[in-house]
Amino acid sequence: MNRDDLWRRFVIVTPYLWLLMFFLIPFGLVLKISFADPIVAMPPFTSLFDFNKAPGESFYATLDNYRFLLKDDLYRISYLKSLKIAFFSTCLCLLVGYPIAYAIARASPVWRNMFLFLIILPFWISFLLRVYAWMGILSTNGVINNLLLSIGLIEQPLQLLYTDFSVYLGIVYSYLPFMVLPLYATLAKLDFDLNDAAADLGAKPLTVFRDVTLPLSIPGIISGSLLVFIPALGEFVIPALLGGLDSLMIGRTLYDEFFGNRDWPLASAVAIILLLMLVVPMMVFQHYQLRETDQRE
Amino acid sequence: MTQVSPAQSAEKPAWLDPATKPFIRVEGVTKNFNGFTAVDNVDLEIYQGELFAILGGSGCGKTTLLRILAGFERPTSGRILIDGADMTAVPPYERPVNMMFQSYAVFPHMTVEKNVAYGLKKEGAPKAEIQTRVKEMLELVQLDGFAERKPHQLSGGQRQRVALARALVKRPKVLLLDEPLAALDKKLREHTQFELMNIQDQIGVTFIVVTHDQDEAMTLATRIAVMQAGRFIQCGTPKEIYEYPVNRYVADFFGTINLFEGTVSRVEGEGMEVECGAIDAMVKAKSFETIQPNTRLTIAVRPEKISITKEPPDHNDKSVLKGVVWDLGYHGNLSIYRVKTDSGVIVQVSAQNRIRSAERVLEWDDVVYLSWDVQSSVVLTE
Repeated sequence: MNRDDLWRRFVIVTPYLWLLMFFLIPFGLVLKISFADPIVAMPPFTSLFDFNKAPGESFYATLDNYRFLLKDDLYRISYLKSLKIAFFSTCLCLLVGYPIAYAIARASPVWRNMFLFLIILPFWISFLLRVYAWMGILSTNGVINNLLLSIGLIEQPLQLLYTDFSVYLGIVYSYLPFMVLPLYATLAKLDFDLNDAAADLGAKPLTVFRDVTLPLSIPGIISGSLLVFIPALGEFVIPALLGGLDSLMIGRTLYDEFFGNRDWPLASAVAIILLLMLVVPMMVFQHYQLRETDQRE
Repeated sequence: MTQVSPAQSAEKPAWLDPATKPFIRVEGVTKNFNGFTAVDNVDLEIYQGELFAILGGSGCGKTTLLRILAGFERPTSGRILIDGADMTAVPPYERPVNMMFQSYAVFPHMTVEKNVAYGLKKEGAPKAEIQTRVKEMLELVQLDGFAERKPHQLSGGQRQRVALARALVKRPKVLLLDEPLAALDKKLREHTQFELMNIQDQIGVTFIVVTHDQDEAMTLATRIAVMQAGRFIQCGTPKEIYEYPVNRYVADFFGTINLFEGTVSRVEGEGMEVECGAIDAMVKAKSFETIQPNTRLTIAVRPEKISITKEPPDHNDKSVLKGVVWDLGYHGNLSIYRVKTDSGVIVQVSAQNRIRSAERVLEWDDVVYLSWDVQSSVVLTE
């Protein structure tokens, strides 16, 4: 084997090793814990194999945690609430992000780079700090309320913080770049001759958008939506800091089970179900992307 | 090759007949882009059934002019009239004009059939009519059997025909073609050239072709307008432009030409003698314009108009140069000679290989005489 082959093999194997070590092994551990019972010990769960017991009884696994998830409304409500918030945040991001991406894609090259820079700029400040900043803006004694009070538009401060509104605002604000960037990438690749051609054949501007631009930007819509939906579904920081008591999302529940109740097996089961909810849309996306590349060839 | 516009009788082309009205009139059209003038006060009259070519190098404003005709750009000043109606402010989706784009702009997410049917659907044509017209059109461009294909399953030539069918199916009054053959390879280009001419002949639509390729313009067009820096510098039939270029730019742009600068030494009626210092010769020429002695001008001679012989020519009304064969190229149907004159200037000559022979008539370093007739000298004052 010459040096090139060795190098090639190394390059191919490294990402797989990375995935194995930092994704597959932790996943296996969580999966294993989700089949255990909680105990007051360290670690706080029963082990899958107990070699101190008789050979027939050394293996112990239970589905109790999953049964409990089905039985207790709390989990169902959190999952549904998370799905709802993630879904509507994704829609809002799409509604806000599409025109932005479109405008950037059609801008002159100088402006385009400027706009892209502005889109990425917020990442230079810590995510946590930016969410805290929103608390300052939205609180009853915050910037917005003070402004509205001072110009006499309202008499009582509005409850903006700790509501679903603030959660949506936080998520849309934080994840908008993840929507705009893939949409921009798709829209910038579009041949604007196609728009001219449709207009030339008798389509008015809105029809051109519906018939040409929109269908051809579907790959960007899908990848942008997944990039927003997936992290939004498991989001913990934004609902924890900006959300009210009724904005209970699954990330918060997961956190509470782990650190509040120290029920690691139940928390693991919550995590596994969440993972399944994420894997399904990802597989749909993969399928779509494969079809897309097939078409291009 | 000259063609006669199909709408007209064979004797007289439309543009020479004062009784015919132009179908398209471009009146003083100017287009500025942030201080840059892309199209500069252009006037143009195109007649029904013509295959008109607008020819020029890149950045000469030809594509902008085409986009103004299609309605994608609004002229800064001037008017566009098609079939007597003012189109200057009419948006592209309401113009009786269709365009075939250089990139073809075939919709990648639609089948061939849907692409061709698109324009008719936007018109609101009844379904049955759409079906028959699309089918007819696909037959015309020889794409029947490809109706269900997606564009990525087609070759470049097929995609081009989809674009053509899609534009023609709307039965436009004018079809605009932006560099229609630029993306095709040489063989396919020649084939498509004649196909385009046939189709144009069959349906009689007025074609306006924009191109940078003078060969393409010459074979396709009934008339050519040569454009430079936003202006038309010459407009005429391919023959007129090739044989009677108005200035050095046009002469040089169309094919190869030998240019000799000189000073008029003697004028006699239409005839004159020009002393060309660089080639150290007296060149005989004719001009319809009156030219004063001592005028500085350029004599242009096409390579195929020059005869190359080993013996000095016996007619003394010819212009004669003496030189040695510096370079020769065999092209099958003709041979190209580059002859170095005694004064050191290279003159290009082409001669048909009329006799079948494996041996060369002329060899490197042979002493040769170049001669041409009076009427072959093109007098260029610009």
